[in-house]
Amino acid sequence: MDLLVHSHSDVKLVENKYFIDIRGQMTTTLPVLRTERLGRSVGQSVLVSDVTMEVRRGEVLAVVGPSGAGKSSFLRLLNRLDEPTGGSFVIEGRDYKEFPARELRQRVGLVMQTPFLFPGTVETNLQFGPAQRGRSLGPSEITSLLERVGLFGYERRDVSTLSGGEAQRVSVARALANDPVLLLLDEPTSALHEEAKMGVEQLLLEIVRTSHLTCVVVTHDRAQAARMADRVMVMKSGRMQKIGTVAEVLGA
Amino acid sequence: MLKHWFAGHLALGLAQAVLAASVALVVMYIARRRGIHLEKEISLALVRGIVQITAVGTVLVLLLRGPHWTGGVILLAMIFAAAMISARRVRAIPQAWKVSLYAILAGAGSVIALMSLAGVIDSAITALVPVGSMLIANAMNANSLALERFRSDVQAHVGQIEAALALGAASQVSVFPYAQASFRASIIPAIDSLRSLGIVWIPGLMAGMVLSGSPPVYAAVYQFVVIAMIFSSSSLTCLVSTSLVRQTVFSGSEQLLLRASMDLGR
Repeated sequence: MDLLVHSHSDVKLVENKYFIDIRGQMTTTLPVLRTERLGRSVGQSVLVSDVTMEVRRGEVLAVVGPSGAGKSSFLRLLNRLDEPTGGSFVIEGRDYKEFPARELRQRVGLVMQTPFLFPGTVETNLQFGPAQRGRSLGPSEITSLLERVGLFGYERRDVSTLSGGEAQRVSVARALANDPVLLLLDEPTSALHEEAKMGVEQLLLEIVRTSHLTCVVVTHDRAQAARMADRVMVMKSGRMQKIGTVAEVLGA
Repeated sequence: MLKHWFAGHLALGLAQAVLAASVALVVMYIARRRGIHLEKEISLALVRGIVQITAVGTVLVLLLRGPHWTGGVILLAMIFAAAMISARRVRAIPQAWKVSLYAILAGAGSVIALMSLAGVIDSAITALVPVGSMLIANAMNANSLALERFRSDVQAHVGQIEAALALGAASQVSVFPYAQASFRASIIPAIDSLRSLGIVWIPGLMAGMVLSGSPPVYAAVYQFVVIAMIFSSSSLTCLVSTSLVRQTVFSGSEQLLLRASMDLGR
């Protein structure tokens, strides 16, 4: 769905769950993601418990909390790298179980803390996702992806020659190549050097804003959460403690 | 020298065993003086070894008189045992026993069946069981190597594998490079045996055939036959196990199950 009015500052509009579509009509928007008492336990240990929340189209939600709070475990459920053991979640109105795992993962992109690039060139990495569906990106698509992450002209570079920040940008581009409806970022800057950190954060913000991407970002850095997010969710011991706007939750 | 003093076969054999064991005890003594204590382990292993192999010898005597089909039953039992031993080595892999059993059955089992039907392996129990056991034992070793390598490669590359899954890759695709590397590594011993045949080692079978009076050239060619069969049965076993294991390390929803201790603490 293309949206005419749809920007960071339109918090009220988003809050009311109404958008004005291309024809100027008011429409109720489905949340891109809605979780319902979502949880996962392994044996005796509870990793995530009872999380009910939603993320609206174009919104950036930050998940913060101390380490071991279940933030990454929560994110892994949304991409179905791990199986929920309780509750469920809905992507664009469809229960996660209705999607084959591979289709869900293509719709819900994940950028990990460490890039984990595949050996080969930058282009090999960008082609990987589409190739799983029998698609191949054309040269112009590759160029535009690389432009979006600030790596113009890097197609033929071997990934072993990239810096940490560059590698993370490639992993962002690799996730975008699948054209996801929801992008999950798991501590996307915490493995980077100080200088690279701000660069990658800036870039992510730009991408998210200009492409109106819906985004869930896990971070232990509250300042980063305040800079990036529209709303913040606080987790502790696998449970959601609070959710609200940046001002409400972080008191910024 | 011993032959002068010991007339009977059994007495001679025992004397030879005592002498061979005492060399082992001397080695143990030297090790002990260097502070390496192997006494208990070596003594136990020596006793265990002689009891086991004598028992097998006795069973072979009974087999010689047994009906034809017992050979097949024994080999089948060996395949089951081999699968269990192999699987014990890779407990982390889900359904390792099933994977090993199917693989060794398909690899060693099919080569033994085909070759004895074709007459390459004599179908008399005294030939079928020892040759078959060599194929099964080598298939088991290769299978253990393949699965262990696969386990360690997968656990060392959880990040790459999950990155591939997260981009929508099929589970089979995400671990393909590691399955391939495991297969390659597992057949190295079989290839090297073929290569070094006669130069580095004259394996037991040929030695035995020559000792028991077969013409050396026939013994040599037959040794090649056995090593070639070992190669095909081991390779086939590992081809099957590395493709089966690619499925068992994932859940039905293509989630990597073999993640070691990484699941906790998140």
